[in-house]
Amino acid sequence: MKVLVPVKRVIDYNVKVRVKSDQSGVDLANVKMSMNPFDEISVEEAVRLKEKGAVEEIVVVSIGPQQAQETLRTALAMGADRGILIKTDDNVEPLAVAKILEKVIGEESPELVILGKQAIDDDSNQTGQMLAALLDWPQGTFASEVILEDGKINVTREIDGGLQTLSLQTPAIVTTDLRLNEPRYASLPNIMKAKKKPIDEKSPGDYGVDTAARLSVVKVTEPPVREAGEKVEDVSELVTKLKAKGAI
Amino acid sequence: MAKAQEITFDSLRPPAPWMDETHSIWRKSVRAFVDKELVPHIEEWEAAGEIPRDIYPKAAEAGLIGMGYPEEYGGAGTDFDRFHGTVTSEELARMAAGGVSSALMIHGIGLPPVMVGGSEDMKREIAPQVLSGKKQISLGITEPGGGSDVAQLKTNAKRSGNGWVVNGSKTYITGGCTSKWLTTAVRTGGEGMGGISLMLIDLEAEGVSRTALPKMGWWASDTATIHFDDVFVPPENLIGEVDRGFVSIMANFNGERLGMAAQAAACARVCIEDAAAWAQQRQTFGKRLADHQVIRHKIAAMCQKVWATTAMLDQLTWRVQNGEQPIAELAMLKVQATETMEFCAREAMQILGGAGFIRGHRVERIYREVRVMAIGGGSEEIMRDLASRQLGL
Repeated sequence: MKVLVPVKRVIDYNVKVRVKSDQSGVDLANVKMSMNPFDEISVEEAVRLKEKGAVEEIVVVSIGPQQAQETLRTALAMGADRGILIKTDDNVEPLAVAKILEKVIGEESPELVILGKQAIDDDSNQTGQMLAALLDWPQGTFASEVILEDGKINVTREIDGGLQTLSLQTPAIVTTDLRLNEPRYASLPNIMKAKKKPIDEKSPGDYGVDTAARLSVVKVTEPPVREAGEKVEDVSELVTKLKAKGAI
Repeated sequence: MAKAQEITFDSLRPPAPWMDETHSIWRKSVRAFVDKELVPHIEEWEAAGEIPRDIYPKAAEAGLIGMGYPEEYGGAGTDFDRFHGTVTSEELARMAAGGVSSALMIHGIGLPPVMVGGSEDMKREIAPQVLSGKKQISLGITEPGGGSDVAQLKTNAKRSGNGWVVNGSKTYITGGCTSKWLTTAVRTGGEGMGGISLMLIDLEAEGVSRTALPKMGWWASDTATIHFDDVFVPPENLIGEVDRGFVSIMANFNGERLGMAAQAAACARVCIEDAAAWAQQRQTFGKRLADHQVIRHKIAAMCQKVWATTAMLDQLTWRVQNGEQPIAELAMLKVQATETMEFCAREAMQILGGAGFIRGHRVERIYREVRVMAIGGGSEEIMRDLASRQLGL
């Protein structure tokens, strides 16, 4: 089986994000960038499937600036086989990402695509679902367990009421949730070996996809500062206060 | 005025022209390991005076312990450069717990002499156990009677049957209480540098006794005085040739100095990060600490020294990478780095005030680790003297 894993370069999760003074977005200058943590989980899952012998090849793809090559290289160091860098300095929205991925999938014909459920920069949580719709493939989102069995993909999903297990026909889309696995650290020998793994360079134009923005950002603001809470002595006082505020 | 940048551990590291994406990926890997496996336990391990043995295999699995050793001996390979080593030293220093990193990486000075001078059998016996994190190996040079004056060491090994019998003591030995082996400098011949040999001594052998030494800092790494009372050492434990140990002991120090300089400069960056954050948050006399010129200038002076040190570190790393052994410059680099660390620890403490004096603060710990960095691996005085002799004075 061949697996495709899209990976995104985002602001590192440890960085304190700052809103630009003109409120047009967040400050990205001199900010540390890393692979989206949910994508690390996707890469890890693909590598584990390969280690179990269920997968032959893992192709990683990233849409972003030249520096996204480091994100691909990280995935290659974790165990992916080759990369595709689709270079653009534009902010590419989920629908355009899904359309580009649809074309990449047309060329690569993977039987499984594993995506992070969302990227921690815009938290859209849309690309996997849009991609499944464009391809008309089955999807298992928010996966906490993925098992390949008899040509089927059994996906355990984290849903509000508990866990739901789906059995998907291939080809299929899976999006990963936090508890699926714990990604490995890229070791130094594997980082050095990854230097020799191939990365193809493309552009959105090569796939005939228009990445022009369809959404316009009106304003970005800091979240409101949380006001101090009130301490109560016991449950009855809590209930009284909640009633007084009309909350219950 | 818009802020140009934040003052952080990362922003204080100027990009080195010789670092590429492999260094950046490795930095993220080491940082993830340190933040997840080490940082949450620092207080506990400092209080315990040692790190748990099961952290060694984890560090080995992450590729930290085997770095630089061939895969055939259980290492993580040698296909990387000196700048990857700098990255490792810096990222381990970032947690500001030199005791944890020195305990974890103690084999870095104990094992190289075995790999360089040891027999094939010795390498195959020792290296895989050390590099997988099962056992540890320390280095024993310093004695109660003298340290940097290696040529005068007194611990002696006398021929006995086909092996040796060792008597004497070693002190300030990092990992001395918990290591399985000690790469030991002993006197096998006459006086001076010509009579010194290196031997691998099993610290669980009969006649070995060890005493723990409580310290000012680096609590998580155990430090010992080790006594040898008629300890038999089999002939195959000789490392290299008889009476030819002095040169390999000295060669071992050059790499150690580069690593210690990277570590000291990174500790200085931690001091600036914490002091700058505090200075921008703490209000005194109606304004932020950072708005007082005296405080602002302290931070600028700290940055100035860190940038100069890091530039020197990178340039010398590059020279060593290209096969040079600039002994005088490496000695001066270590002094430059530890003086910078000392300056920044002091100034950061002054800025932090009472908050920095409280146990558990990174700067408080670094303050107690300044002296071991400025003395261990060659004191500032010895380093300057070495450099001046190298310069032909």
